[in-house]
Amino acid sequence: MNWKTTFRKLTRIPLGFYTVLQQTLRKPVTVQYPEQTRPMVPRFRGRHHLKRYDNGLERCIGCALCAAACPADAIYVEAGENTNDARFSPGERYSQTYEINMLRCIFCGYCEDACPTNAIVLEPIEFPTGYSREAMIYTKSMLLESPPINVPATPQVTEPGKFDRSIVPFPPIDQQA
Amino acid sequence: MDSSTTPPIGAITTENAQLDVTLEQLKKLVSPRAFTGETMLLNMGPQHPSTHGVLRLLLELDGETVISCVPDIGFLHTGIEKTHEGKTYLKGVPLTDRTDYLAPMINNLAYCGAIEKLMGIEVPLRAQYIRVILAELTRMNSHLVWLGTHALDIGAMSMFLYCMREREDLLDVFELVSGARMMSSYFRPGGLWRDVPPAFFDLVKKVLDVFPARIIEYERLLKENPLWKERTIGVGVISKADALAFGMSGPSLRGSGVNYDVRKAFPYSSYDHFDFNVPLGSNGDVYDRYRCRLDEFPQSLRIIKQALDRLPEGPVMTDDRKIAPPPKHEIGTSMEALIHHFKLWTEGFSGPNADVYFAVESGKGEYGVYVHGDGGPKPRRLHFRAPSLCNLQALPRMAKGALIADLVGIVGSIDIVLGEVDR
Repeated sequence: MNWKTTFRKLTRIPLGFYTVLQQTLRKPVTVQYPEQTRPMVPRFRGRHHLKRYDNGLERCIGCALCAAACPADAIYVEAGENTNDARFSPGERYSQTYEINMLRCIFCGYCEDACPTNAIVLEPIEFPTGYSREAMIYTKSMLLESPPINVPATPQVTEPGKFDRSIVPFPPIDQQA
Repeated sequence: MDSSTTPPIGAITTENAQLDVTLEQLKKLVSPRAFTGETMLLNMGPQHPSTHGVLRLLLELDGETVISCVPDIGFLHTGIEKTHEGKTYLKGVPLTDRTDYLAPMINNLAYCGAIEKLMGIEVPLRAQYIRVILAELTRMNSHLVWLGTHALDIGAMSMFLYCMREREDLLDVFELVSGARMMSSYFRPGGLWRDVPPAFFDLVKKVLDVFPARIIEYERLLKENPLWKERTIGVGVISKADALAFGMSGPSLRGSGVNYDVRKAFPYSSYDHFDFNVPLGSNGDVYDRYRCRLDEFPQSLRIIKQALDRLPEGPVMTDDRKIAPPPKHEIGTSMEALIHHFKLWTEGFSGPNADVYFAVESGKGEYGVYVHGDGGPKPRRLHFRAPSLCNLQALPRMAKGALIADLVGIVGSIDIVLGEVDR
Protein backbone atom coordinates (compact mmCIF):
# COMPACT_ATOMS: atom_id res chain seq x y z
CA MET A 1 0.00 0.00 0.00
CA ASN A 2 1.52 3.29 -1.04
CA TRP A 3 1.00 6.60 0.74
CA LYS A 4 -1.56 7.76 -1.81
CA THR A 5 -4.07 5.02 -1.08
CA THR A 6 -3.44 5.40 2.64
CA PHE A 7 -4.16 9.10 2.40
CA ARG A 8 -7.28 8.41 0.32
CA LYS A 9 -8.51 5.95 2.89
CA LEU A 10 -7.87 8.36 5.72
CA THR A 11 -9.89 11.13 4.06
CA ARG A 12 -12.95 8.93 3.49
CA ILE A 13 -13.92 8.61 7.13
CA PRO A 14 -13.80 12.37 7.88
CA LEU A 15 -15.85 12.86 4.70
CA GLY A 16 -18.47 10.51 6.12
CA PHE A 17 -18.51 12.44 9.39
CA TYR A 18 -18.87 15.69 7.47
CA THR A 19 -21.83 14.25 5.54
CA VAL A 20 -23.52 13.21 8.75
CA LEU A 21 -22.83 16.52 10.47
CA GLN A 22 -24.37 18.39 7.54
CA GLN A 23 -27.71 16.93 8.54
CA THR A 24 -27.79 18.97 11.73
CA LEU A 25 -28.27 22.11 9.66
CA ARG A 26 -31.30 20.72 7.84
CA LYS A 27 -34.89 20.97 8.92
CA PRO A 28 -36.14 17.82 10.65
CA VAL A 29 -38.55 15.74 8.59
CA THR A 30 -40.25 14.11 11.56
CA VAL A 31 -43.57 15.19 13.04
CA GLN A 32 -44.47 14.97 16.72
CA TYR A 33 -47.27 12.55 16.06
CA PRO A 34 -50.05 12.78 18.62
CA GLU A 35 -49.79 16.57 18.75
CA GLN A 36 -49.10 17.11 15.05
CA THR A 37 -50.50 15.00 12.27
CA ARG A 38 -49.57 14.73 8.63
CA PRO A 39 -52.13 16.10 6.19
CA MET A 40 -53.88 13.26 4.37
CA VAL A 41 -54.58 13.23 0.67
CA PRO A 42 -58.19 13.32 -0.61
CA ARG A 43 -57.90 9.79 -1.97
CA PHE A 44 -56.73 8.35 1.34
CA ARG A 45 -58.58 5.14 2.09
CA GLY A 46 -59.45 5.51 5.74
CA ARG A 47 -62.65 4.73 7.62
CA HIS A 48 -65.88 3.94 5.80
CA HIS A 49 -68.84 6.30 5.89
CA LEU A 50 -72.36 5.76 4.59
CA LYS A 51 -73.50 8.92 2.87
CA ARG A 52 -76.88 10.63 2.56
CA TYR A 53 -78.53 12.76 -0.09
CA ASP A 54 -79.20 16.43 0.64
CA ASN A 55 -82.83 15.64 1.50
CA GLY A 56 -81.71 13.32 4.28
CA LEU A 57 -82.43 10.02 2.51
CA GLU A 58 -79.72 7.38 2.67
CA ARG A 59 -77.77 6.68 -0.49
CA CYS A 60 -77.42 2.99 0.31
CA ILE A 61 -80.02 0.89 -1.49
CA GLY A 62 -79.03 -2.43 0.07
CA CYS A 63 -77.85 -4.02 -3.18
CA ALA A 64 -74.95 -5.73 -1.34
CA LEU A 65 -72.61 -5.14 -4.25
CA CYS A 66 -70.00 -3.92 -1.76
CA ALA A 67 -70.26 -7.24 0.06
CA ALA A 68 -69.82 -9.08 -3.24
CA ALA A 69 -66.85 -6.98 -4.26
CA CYS A 70 -65.07 -7.19 -0.91
CA PRO A 71 -61.92 -9.34 -1.30
CA ALA A 72 -61.78 -9.89 2.46
CA ASP A 73 -65.48 -10.73 2.93
CA ALA A 74 -65.72 -8.08 5.63
CA ILE A 75 -69.13 -6.61 4.74
CA TYR A 76 -72.56 -7.97 5.63
CA VAL A 77 -75.69 -6.36 4.20
CA GLU A 78 -79.32 -7.25 4.72
CA ALA A 79 -81.88 -5.35 2.70
CA GLY A 80 -85.31 -4.19 3.78
CA GLU A 81 -88.29 -2.85 1.81
CA ASN A 82 -89.05 0.87 1.67
CA THR A 83 -92.63 2.13 1.96
CA ASN A 84 -93.87 5.65 1.47
CA ASP A 85 -94.67 5.87 5.18
CA ALA A 86 -91.23 4.74 6.24
CA ARG A 87 -88.72 5.64 3.56
CA PHE A 88 -85.00 5.23 4.17
CA SER A 89 -83.65 5.55 0.65
CA PRO A 90 -84.92 6.25 -2.86
CA GLY A 91 -86.20 3.20 -4.69
CA GLU A 92 -87.50 -0.10 -3.43
CA ARG A 93 -84.98 -1.24 -0.90
CA TYR A 94 -82.64 0.04 1.78
CA SER A 95 -80.04 -1.59 3.97
CA GLN A 96 -81.68 -2.88 7.11
CA THR A 97 -78.42 -4.24 8.49
CA TYR A 98 -75.04 -2.96 7.40
CA GLU A 99 -72.00 -4.29 9.18
CA ILE A 100 -68.30 -4.00 8.40
CA ASN A 101 -65.82 -6.07 10.29
CA MET A 102 -62.98 -3.61 10.63
CA LEU A 103 -60.60 -6.37 11.68
CA ARG A 104 -61.08 -8.17 8.38
CA CYS A 105 -61.16 -5.06 6.23
CA ILE A 106 -57.98 -4.46 4.22
CA PHE A 107 -58.97 -0.93 3.14
CA CYS A 108 -58.59 -1.67 -0.55
CA GLY A 109 -61.49 0.58 -1.53
CA TYR A 110 -63.24 -2.01 -3.68
CA CYS A 111 -66.56 -1.39 -1.89
CA GLU A 112 -66.28 2.27 -2.81
CA ASP A 113 -65.60 1.34 -6.43
CA ALA A 114 -68.45 -1.13 -6.57
CA CYS A 115 -71.13 1.03 -4.96
CA PRO A 116 -73.53 2.13 -7.73
CA THR A 117 -74.85 5.09 -5.69
CA ASN A 118 -71.58 6.29 -4.11
CA ALA A 119 -73.11 5.50 -0.73
CA ILE A 120 -70.03 4.02 0.89
CA VAL A 121 -66.96 6.22 0.89
CA LEU A 122 -63.58 5.69 2.49
CA GLU A 123 -62.59 9.03 3.94
CA PRO A 124 -59.27 10.28 5.26
CA ILE A 125 -60.48 10.71 8.81
CA GLU A 126 -60.71 8.58 11.93
CA PHE A 127 -58.85 5.34 12.18
CA PRO A 128 -60.81 2.36 13.44
CA THR A 129 -59.48 1.29 16.81
CA GLY A 130 -61.08 -0.67 19.59
CA TYR A 131 -60.49 -2.76 22.67
CA SER A 132 -62.52 -5.84 21.73
CA ARG A 133 -63.48 -7.86 18.69
CA GLU A 134 -67.15 -6.98 19.14
CA ALA A 135 -66.36 -3.28 19.16
CA MET A 136 -64.60 -3.64 15.83
CA ILE A 137 -67.72 -4.77 13.99
CA TYR A 138 -69.08 -1.43 12.89
CA THR A 139 -72.84 -1.37 12.57
CA LYS A 140 -74.97 0.83 10.37
CA SER A 141 -75.56 3.43 13.10
CA MET A 142 -71.80 3.87 13.49
CA LEU A 143 -71.15 4.11 9.77
CA LEU A 144 -74.08 6.29 8.69
CA GLU A 145 -73.38 10.01 8.66
CA SER A 146 -75.87 12.34 10.36
CA PRO A 147 -78.42 14.14 8.14
CA PRO A 148 -77.84 17.76 7.08
CA ILE A 149 -79.04 20.49 9.45
CA ASN A 150 -82.82 21.06 9.49
CA VAL A 151 -83.41 17.89 7.51
CA PRO A 152 -85.35 15.00 9.12
CA ALA A 153 -83.54 11.73 9.64
CA THR A 154 -84.72 8.46 8.13
CA PRO A 155 -87.31 6.92 8.05
CA GLN A 156 -89.14 9.78 6.36
CA VAL A 157 -92.74 10.01 5.23
CA THR A 158 -92.73 10.76 1.50
CA GLU A 159 -95.41 11.31 -1.11
CA PRO A 160 -96.01 8.37 -3.48
CA GLY A 161 -94.20 8.28 -6.82
CA LYS A 162 -91.52 10.80 -5.89
CA PHE A 163 -88.64 8.39 -5.14
CA ASP A 164 -89.16 5.57 -7.61
CA ARG A 165 -85.65 5.38 -8.98
CA SER A 166 -82.89 4.12 -6.77
CA ILE A 167 -79.91 5.02 -8.95
CA VAL A 168 -79.64 8.62 -10.03
CA PRO A 169 -76.92 9.99 -12.33
CA PHE A 170 -74.10 11.78 -10.58
CA PRO A 171 -70.98 13.61 -11.81
CA PRO A 172 -67.80 11.68 -12.67
CA ILE A 173 -65.97 10.76 -9.49
CA ASP A 174 -62.61 11.65 -10.97
CA GLN A 175 -63.46 15.32 -10.83
CA GLN A 176 -63.53 15.14 -7.05
CA ALA A 177 -60.00 13.99 -6.41
CA MET B 1 -65.22 -48.39 -5.72
CA ASP B 2 -64.81 -50.90 -2.94
CA SER B 3 -64.06 -48.97 0.20
CA SER B 4 -61.99 -51.76 1.73
CA THR B 5 -59.31 -51.51 -0.98
CA THR B 6 -58.90 -47.74 -1.06
CA PRO B 7 -56.53 -46.40 1.53
CA PRO B 8 -57.86 -43.69 3.86
CA ILE B 9 -57.02 -40.13 2.97
CA GLY B 10 -53.67 -39.04 4.32
CA ALA B 11 -52.27 -42.55 4.66
CA ILE B 12 -48.77 -43.13 3.37
CA THR B 13 -48.97 -45.11 0.17
CA THR B 14 -46.05 -46.43 -1.83
CA GLU B 15 -46.20 -43.48 -4.26
CA ASN B 16 -45.77 -40.72 -1.71
CA ALA B 17 -43.65 -42.65 0.77
CA GLN B 18 -40.52 -41.39 -0.94
CA LEU B 19 -41.61 -37.80 -0.26
CA ASP B 20 -41.46 -38.39 3.47
CA VAL B 21 -38.28 -37.10 5.00
CA THR B 22 -36.58 -39.39 7.42
CA LEU B 23 -34.30 -38.37 10.25
CA GLU B 24 -31.40 -40.00 8.39
CA GLN B 25 -31.98 -37.71 5.43
CA LEU B 26 -32.22 -34.68 7.67
CA LYS B 27 -28.89 -35.59 9.19
CA LYS B 28 -27.28 -35.22 5.78
CA LEU B 29 -28.00 -31.50 5.80
CA VAL B 30 -25.05 -30.97 8.11
CA SER B 31 -21.65 -32.65 8.12
CA PRO B 32 -21.01 -35.73 10.31
CA ARG B 33 -18.69 -33.62 12.45
CA ALA B 34 -21.75 -31.94 13.94
CA PHE B 35 -22.77 -35.16 15.67
CA THR B 36 -19.43 -35.72 17.30
CA GLY B 37 -19.53 -32.27 18.83
CA GLU B 38 -16.58 -31.09 16.79
CA THR B 39 -18.65 -28.36 15.16
CA MET B 40 -21.50 -26.40 16.65
CA LEU B 41 -25.05 -26.18 15.37
CA LEU B 42 -26.57 -22.75 15.85
CA ASN B 43 -29.99 -21.38 14.99
CA MET B 44 -29.93 -17.91 13.53
CA GLY B 45 -33.46 -16.61 13.51
CA PRO B 46 -36.39 -16.69 13.02
CA GLN B 47 -36.35 -13.74 15.41
CA HIS B 48 -32.90 -12.49 14.53
CA PRO B 49 -33.21 -8.91 13.25
CA SER B 50 -30.61 -9.39 10.53
CA THR B 51 -32.50 -12.14 8.77
CA HIS B 52 -34.90 -9.48 7.43
CA GLY B 53 -38.07 -11.07 8.63
CA VAL B 54 -38.66 -14.57 9.85
CA LEU B 55 -35.95 -16.58 8.16
CA ARG B 56 -34.36 -19.32 10.21
CA LEU B 57 -30.84 -20.34 9.31
CA LEU B 58 -29.40 -23.52 10.73
CA LEU B 59 -25.69 -22.89 10.87
CA GLU B 60 -22.94 -25.37 11.40
CA LEU B 61 -19.98 -23.53 12.83
CA ASP B 62 -16.36 -24.42 13.23
CA GLY B 63 -15.30 -21.64 15.52
CA GLU B 64 -16.48 -18.61 13.65
CA THR B 65 -16.45 -20.18 10.22
CA VAL B 66 -19.68 -21.32 8.64
CA ILE B 67 -19.35 -24.94 7.48
CA SER B 68 -22.89 -25.22 6.20
CA CYS B 69 -25.99 -23.11 6.25
CA VAL B 70 -29.50 -24.48 5.87
CA PRO B 71 -32.24 -21.90 5.34
CA ASP B 72 -35.56 -22.89 6.88
CA ILE B 73 -38.42 -20.97 5.35
CA GLY B 74 -42.18 -20.99 5.77
CA PHE B 75 -42.63 -18.96 8.95
CA LEU B 76 -44.53 -16.29 7.05
CA HIS B 77 -46.52 -18.61 4.83
CA THR B 78 -49.89 -16.96 4.25
CA GLY B 79 -51.26 -19.10 1.45
CA ILE B 80 -51.59 -16.23 -0.99
CA GLU B 81 -51.39 -18.49 -4.04
CA LYS B 82 -54.12 -20.73 -2.67
CA THR B 83 -56.29 -17.76 -1.74
CA HIS B 84 -56.06 -16.56 -5.32
CA GLU B 85 -57.93 -19.66 -6.45
CA GLY B 86 -61.01 -18.43 -4.61
CA LYS B 87 -60.87 -14.86 -5.88
CA THR B 88 -61.93 -13.46 -9.21
CA TYR B 89 -59.21 -11.95 -11.39
CA LEU B 90 -60.13 -8.44 -10.31
CA LYS B 91 -60.19 -9.26 -6.60
CA GLY B 92 -56.71 -10.77 -6.72
CA VAL B 93 -55.01 -7.39 -7.03
CA PRO B 94 -54.97 -6.49 -3.29
CA LEU B 95 -53.49 -9.90 -2.51
CA THR B 96 -50.47 -9.28 -4.70
CA ASP B 97 -49.56 -6.20 -2.68
CA ARG B 98 -48.85 -8.48 0.20
CA THR B 99 -46.29 -10.78 -1.38
CA ASP B 100 -43.35 -8.42 -1.75
CA TYR B 101 -44.67 -5.72 0.52
CA LEU B 102 -41.76 -3.41 -0.21
CA ALA B 103 -42.58 -3.23 -3.92
CA PRO B 104 -46.38 -3.47 -4.15
CA MET B 105 -46.74 -1.61 -7.44
CA ILE B 106 -44.37 -3.97 -9.25
CA ASN B 107 -46.34 -6.95 -7.96
CA ASN B 108 -49.54 -5.33 -9.17
CA LEU B 109 -47.90 -4.77 -12.54
CA ALA B 110 -46.87 -8.41 -12.83
CA TYR B 111 -50.29 -9.69 -11.84
CA CYS B 112 -52.24 -7.26 -14.04
CA GLY B 113 -49.85 -7.94 -16.90
CA ALA B 114 -50.50 -11.66 -16.60
CA ILE B 115 -54.27 -11.15 -16.56
CA GLU B 116 -54.04 -8.79 -19.53
CA LYS B 117 -51.96 -11.34 -21.40
CA LEU B 118 -54.51 -14.02 -20.55
CA MET B 119 -57.41 -11.89 -21.72
CA GLY B 120 -55.55 -10.34 -24.65
CA ILE B 121 -56.17 -6.73 -23.62
CA GLU B 122 -54.22 -3.76 -24.87
CA VAL B 123 -53.52 -1.21 -22.14
CA PRO B 124 -53.66 2.49 -23.16
CA LEU B 125 -50.27 4.12 -23.60
CA ARG B 126 -50.84 6.68 -20.85
CA ALA B 127 -51.56 3.91 -18.37
CA GLN B 128 -48.43 2.07 -19.49
CA TYR B 129 -46.26 5.16 -18.98
CA ILE B 130 -47.75 5.88 -15.56
CA ARG B 131 -47.17 2.25 -14.67
CA VAL B 132 -43.53 2.62 -15.66
CA ILE B 133 -43.13 5.78 -13.55
CA LEU B 134 -44.69 4.15 -10.51
CA ALA B 135 -42.83 0.87 -11.02
CA GLU B 136 -39.52 2.72 -11.10
CA LEU B 137 -40.45 4.69 -7.98
CA THR B 138 -41.31 1.36 -6.37
CA ARG B 139 -37.95 -0.05 -7.40
CA MET B 140 -36.27 2.90 -5.72
CA ASN B 141 -38.44 2.35 -2.66
CA SER B 142 -37.45 -1.31 -2.54
CA HIS B 143 -33.76 -0.48 -2.99
CA LEU B 144 -33.92 2.22 -0.31
CA VAL B 145 -35.23 -0.23 2.27
CA TRP B 146 -32.62 -2.73 1.16
CA LEU B 147 -29.81 -0.18 1.37
CA GLY B 148 -30.91 1.06 4.76
CA THR B 149 -31.30 -2.33 6.39
CA HIS B 150 -28.24 -3.84 4.70
CA ALA B 151 -26.05 -0.97 5.85
CA LEU B 152 -27.60 -1.09 9.31
CA ASP B 153 -26.77 -4.80 9.55
CA ILE B 154 -23.15 -4.12 8.74
CA GLY B 155 -23.04 -1.17 11.13
CA ALA B 156 -23.77 2.02 9.21
CA MET B 157 -26.66 3.39 11.20
CA SER B 158 -27.05 6.78 9.50
CA MET B 159 -27.75 5.12 6.16
CA PHE B 160 -30.89 3.57 7.58
CA LEU B 161 -32.22 6.90 8.79
CA TYR B 162 -31.46 8.64 5.50
CA CYS B 163 -33.02 5.90 3.42
CA MET B 164 -36.20 5.91 5.48
CA ARG B 165 -36.33 9.69 5.11
CA GLU B 166 -36.15 9.51 1.32
CA ARG B 167 -38.55 6.63 1.21
CA GLU B 168 -41.13 8.91 2.78
CA ASP B 169 -41.09 11.11 -0.34
CA LEU B 170 -41.84 8.07 -2.48
CA LEU B 171 -44.57 6.82 -0.17
CA ASP B 172 -46.18 10.27 -0.40
CA VAL B 173 -46.44 9.75 -4.17
CA PHE B 174 -48.07 6.35 -3.70
CA GLU B 175 -50.46 7.77 -1.15
CA LEU B 176 -51.43 10.58 -3.48
CA VAL B 177 -52.26 8.36 -6.43
CA SER B 178 -53.72 5.31 -4.71
CA GLY B 179 -54.83 6.41 -1.25
CA ALA B 180 -52.59 3.98 0.59
CA ARG B 181 -48.92 4.21 1.38
CA MET B 182 -47.98 0.58 1.05
CA MET B 183 -50.91 -1.60 0.01
CA SER B 184 -51.65 0.48 -3.03
CA SER B 185 -53.66 -1.83 -5.35
CA TYR B 186 -53.44 0.96 -7.89
CA PHE B 187 -52.99 -1.07 -11.08
CA ARG B 188 -56.04 -2.97 -12.20
CA PRO B 189 -56.38 -5.49 -15.03
CA GLY B 190 -56.83 -3.25 -18.07
CA GLY B 191 -55.16 -0.11 -16.79
CA LEU B 192 -55.21 1.99 -13.67
CA TRP B 193 -57.73 2.57 -10.90
CA ARG B 194 -58.04 6.28 -11.71
CA ASP B 195 -55.94 8.82 -13.54
CA VAL B 196 -53.18 10.46 -11.51
CA PRO B 197 -54.15 13.74 -9.80
CA PRO B 198 -52.43 16.95 -11.01
CA ALA B 199 -50.33 17.16 -7.84
CA PHE B 200 -48.64 13.90 -8.87
CA PHE B 201 -46.37 15.62 -11.38
CA ASP B 202 -45.12 18.16 -8.85
CA LEU B 203 -44.36 15.44 -6.32
CA VAL B 204 -42.49 13.28 -8.83
CA LYS B 205 -40.53 16.30 -10.05
CA LYS B 206 -39.60 17.01 -6.45
CA VAL B 207 -38.31 13.46 -6.13
CA LEU B 208 -36.34 13.89 -9.35
CA ASP B 209 -34.82 17.14 -8.06
CA VAL B 210 -33.96 15.91 -4.61
CA PHE B 211 -32.68 12.44 -5.35
CA PRO B 212 -29.39 12.98 -7.25
CA ALA B 213 -27.98 14.93 -4.31
CA ARG B 214 -29.11 12.20 -1.93
CA ILE B 215 -27.41 9.52 -3.98
CA ILE B 216 -24.16 11.50 -3.74
CA GLU B 217 -24.60 11.45 0.02
CA TYR B 218 -25.03 7.68 0.07
CA GLU B 219 -21.95 7.31 -2.10
CA ARG B 220 -19.90 9.55 0.17
CA LEU B 221 -20.86 7.46 3.16
CA LEU B 222 -20.26 4.01 1.72
CA LYS B 223 -18.69 3.77 -1.73
CA GLU B 224 -15.07 4.48 -0.79
CA ASN B 225 -15.44 3.91 2.93
CA PRO B 226 -12.57 1.57 3.92
CA LEU B 227 -14.65 -0.05 6.67
CA TRP B 228 -17.49 -0.80 4.26
CA LYS B 229 -15.08 -2.14 1.67
CA GLU B 230 -13.38 -4.38 4.20
CA ARG B 231 -16.69 -5.87 5.15
CA THR B 232 -18.03 -6.40 1.62
CA ILE B 233 -15.29 -6.96 -0.95
CA GLY B 234 -14.56 -10.63 -1.49
CA VAL B 235 -17.38 -11.70 0.83
CA GLY B 236 -20.14 -14.04 -0.29
CA VAL B 237 -18.70 -14.61 -3.74
CA ILE B 238 -20.80 -16.51 -6.23
CA SER B 239 -19.58 -17.24 -9.73
CA LYS B 240 -21.44 -16.48 -12.94
CA ALA B 241 -22.15 -20.16 -13.61
CA ASP B 242 -23.34 -20.84 -10.06
CA ALA B 243 -25.58 -17.81 -10.03
CA LEU B 244 -27.23 -18.93 -13.26
CA ALA B 245 -27.51 -22.51 -12.06
CA PHE B 246 -29.30 -21.42 -8.90
CA GLY B 247 -31.79 -19.45 -10.97
CA MET B 248 -30.84 -16.12 -9.46
CA SER B 249 -32.07 -12.97 -11.10
CA GLY B 250 -32.05 -9.25 -10.66
CA PRO B 251 -29.18 -7.26 -9.15
CA SER B 252 -27.97 -10.35 -7.29
CA LEU B 253 -27.34 -12.05 -10.64
CA ARG B 254 -26.01 -8.94 -12.33
CA GLY B 255 -23.49 -8.53 -9.52
CA SER B 256 -21.87 -11.68 -10.89
CA GLY B 257 -21.67 -10.13 -14.34
CA VAL B 258 -24.61 -11.76 -16.10
CA ASN B 259 -26.44 -9.21 -18.19
CA TYR B 260 -30.03 -10.26 -17.68
CA ASP B 261 -32.77 -7.76 -17.03
CA VAL B 262 -36.38 -8.55 -17.90
CA ARG B 263 -36.93 -4.91 -18.84
CA LYS B 264 -34.33 -5.30 -21.61
CA ALA B 265 -34.72 -8.97 -22.47
CA PHE B 266 -38.52 -9.11 -22.64
CA PRO B 267 -39.75 -5.50 -22.60
CA TYR B 268 -43.17 -5.03 -21.05
CA SER B 269 -45.32 -1.96 -20.42
CA SER B 270 -43.39 0.10 -23.04
CA TYR B 271 -40.01 -0.27 -21.34
CA ASP B 272 -38.50 -0.44 -24.83
CA HIS B 273 -39.49 3.20 -25.37
CA PHE B 274 -37.01 4.37 -22.79
CA ASP B 275 -33.30 4.70 -22.75
CA PHE B 276 -31.48 3.22 -19.78
CA ASN B 277 -28.48 1.12 -18.86
CA VAL B 278 -28.28 -2.01 -16.80
CA PRO B 279 -25.44 -1.77 -14.27
CA LEU B 280 -23.27 -4.86 -14.11
CA GLY B 281 -20.76 -6.14 -11.57
CA SER B 282 -17.93 -8.57 -12.15
CA ASN B 283 -16.82 -10.29 -8.95
CA GLY B 284 -20.17 -11.48 -7.63
CA ASP B 285 -19.39 -10.42 -4.07
CA VAL B 286 -21.43 -8.36 -1.63
CA TYR B 287 -19.79 -5.15 -2.79
CA ASP B 288 -20.66 -5.74 -6.46
CA ARG B 289 -24.26 -6.50 -5.64
CA TYR B 290 -24.34 -3.30 -3.61
CA ARG B 291 -22.90 -1.36 -6.55
CA CYS B 292 -25.44 -2.85 -8.96
CA ARG B 293 -28.36 -1.78 -6.84
CA LEU B 294 -27.02 1.66 -6.07
CA ASP B 295 -26.27 2.30 -9.75
CA GLU B 296 -29.89 1.50 -10.53
CA PHE B 297 -31.06 4.65 -8.75
CA PRO B 298 -29.82 7.06 -11.47
CA GLN B 299 -31.17 4.74 -14.16
CA SER B 300 -34.60 4.70 -12.50
CA LEU B 301 -34.52 8.49 -12.34
CA ARG B 302 -33.63 8.56 -16.04
CA ILE B 303 -36.59 6.37 -16.95
CA ILE B 304 -38.98 8.43 -14.82
CA LYS B 305 -37.75 11.66 -16.41
CA GLN B 306 -38.26 10.31 -19.93
CA ALA B 307 -41.68 8.91 -19.11
CA LEU B 308 -42.80 12.20 -17.55
CA ASP B 309 -41.60 14.20 -20.56
CA ARG B 310 -43.34 11.95 -23.06
CA LEU B 311 -46.46 11.15 -21.06
CA PRO B 312 -49.31 11.05 -23.60
CA GLU B 313 -52.84 12.22 -22.95
CA GLY B 314 -55.73 9.82 -23.11
CA PRO B 315 -57.62 7.24 -21.09
CA VAL B 316 -55.96 5.16 -18.38
CA MET B 317 -58.28 2.19 -18.59
CA THR B 318 -59.06 -0.05 -21.50
CA ASP B 319 -62.44 0.65 -23.11
CA ASP B 320 -63.29 -3.04 -23.21
CA ARG B 321 -66.42 -3.08 -21.08
CA LYS B 322 -66.20 -6.83 -20.64
CA ILE B 323 -63.08 -6.30 -18.54
CA ALA B 324 -63.09 -2.79 -17.13
CA PRO B 325 -66.01 -1.59 -15.00
CA PRO B 326 -67.77 1.35 -16.70
CA PRO B 327 -67.38 4.93 -15.42
CA LYS B 328 -69.77 5.35 -12.53
CA HIS B 329 -71.58 8.36 -13.88
CA GLU B 330 -72.89 6.19 -16.72
CA ILE B 331 -74.62 3.79 -14.36
CA GLY B 332 -77.60 6.07 -13.81
CA THR B 333 -78.19 6.60 -17.53
CA SER B 334 -77.07 3.48 -19.36
CA MET B 335 -78.63 0.06 -18.97
CA GLU B 336 -75.57 -1.71 -20.41
CA ALA B 337 -73.28 0.11 -18.01
CA LEU B 338 -75.43 -0.95 -15.07
CA ILE B 339 -75.44 -4.58 -16.18
CA HIS B 340 -71.70 -4.60 -16.81
CA HIS B 341 -71.06 -2.95 -13.47
CA PHE B 342 -73.05 -5.53 -11.52
CA LYS B 343 -71.70 -8.46 -13.52
CA LEU B 344 -68.08 -7.39 -13.16
CA TRP B 345 -68.23 -6.72 -9.43
CA THR B 346 -70.09 -9.90 -8.56
CA GLU B 347 -69.15 -12.60 -11.02
CA GLY B 348 -66.11 -11.01 -12.64
CA PHE B 349 -64.93 -11.59 -16.17
CA SER B 350 -64.19 -15.06 -17.41
CA GLY B 351 -60.82 -15.85 -18.87
CA PRO B 352 -59.97 -18.48 -21.47
CA ASN B 353 -58.83 -21.97 -20.65
CA ALA B 354 -55.16 -21.15 -21.06
CA ASP B 355 -51.84 -20.83 -19.29
CA VAL B 356 -49.83 -17.62 -19.32
CA TYR B 357 -46.58 -16.54 -17.75
CA PHE B 358 -45.75 -12.88 -17.40
CA ALA B 359 -42.58 -11.62 -15.78
CA VAL B 360 -41.44 -8.18 -14.72
CA GLU B 361 -38.19 -6.95 -13.27
CA SER B 362 -38.83 -6.30 -9.61
CA GLY B 363 -36.33 -4.73 -7.26
CA LYS B 364 -35.20 -8.22 -6.34
CA GLY B 365 -35.22 -9.92 -9.70
CA GLU B 366 -37.55 -11.57 -12.13
CA TYR B 367 -41.00 -11.48 -10.56
CA GLY B 368 -43.25 -13.71 -12.62
CA VAL B 369 -46.89 -14.64 -12.41
CA TYR B 370 -48.10 -17.92 -13.86
CA VAL B 371 -51.84 -18.13 -14.34
CA HIS B 372 -53.61 -21.32 -15.21
CA GLY B 373 -57.12 -20.30 -16.21
CA ASP B 374 -59.91 -22.82 -16.47
CA GLY B 375 -62.36 -20.80 -18.50
CA GLY B 376 -64.08 -19.37 -15.46
CA PRO B 377 -63.73 -16.06 -13.63
CA LYS B 378 -61.19 -17.45 -11.17
CA PRO B 379 -57.77 -18.95 -11.84
CA ARG B 380 -57.51 -22.69 -11.36
CA ARG B 381 -53.95 -22.17 -10.13
CA LEU B 382 -51.84 -19.09 -9.76
CA HIS B 383 -48.15 -19.17 -9.05
CA PHE B 384 -45.66 -16.44 -8.26
CA ARG B 385 -42.12 -16.90 -9.40
CA ALA B 386 -40.67 -15.01 -6.47
CA PRO B 387 -37.12 -13.73 -7.00
CA SER B 388 -36.41 -13.70 -3.25
CA LEU B 389 -37.01 -17.43 -3.01
CA CYS B 390 -34.78 -18.24 -5.98
CA ASN B 391 -32.04 -15.92 -4.77
CA LEU B 392 -32.22 -17.36 -1.28
CA GLN B 393 -31.37 -20.80 -2.64
CA ALA B 394 -27.89 -19.57 -3.41
CA LEU B 395 -27.29 -18.50 0.18
CA PRO B 396 -25.77 -21.84 1.35
CA ARG B 397 -23.26 -21.65 -1.49
CA MET B 398 -22.33 -18.04 -0.71
CA ALA B 399 -22.17 -18.60 3.03
CA LYS B 400 -19.90 -21.64 2.85
CA GLY B 401 -16.62 -20.76 4.49
CA ALA B 402 -17.69 -17.27 5.44
CA LEU B 403 -17.40 -15.87 8.92
CA ILE B 404 -20.57 -15.72 10.95
CA ALA B 405 -20.36 -11.92 11.07
CA ASP B 406 -20.19 -11.81 7.26
CA LEU B 407 -23.28 -13.96 6.96
CA VAL B 408 -25.34 -10.97 8.05
CA GLY B 409 -23.94 -9.00 5.13
CA ILE B 410 -24.53 -11.83 2.68
CA VAL B 411 -28.16 -12.27 3.71
CA GLY B 412 -28.60 -8.52 3.32
CA SER B 413 -26.93 -8.43 -0.07
CA ILE B 414 -29.36 -10.83 -1.73
CA ASP B 415 -32.24 -8.62 -0.60
CA ILE B 416 -34.88 -11.08 0.49
CA VAL B 417 -38.38 -10.19 1.59
CA LEU B 418 -39.89 -13.04 3.52
CA GLY B 419 -43.42 -12.17 2.50
CA GLU B 420 -42.35 -13.02 -1.02
CA VAL B 421 -40.26 -16.07 -0.12
CA ASP B 422 -43.13 -17.78 1.68
CA ARG B 423 -46.18 -16.22 0.00
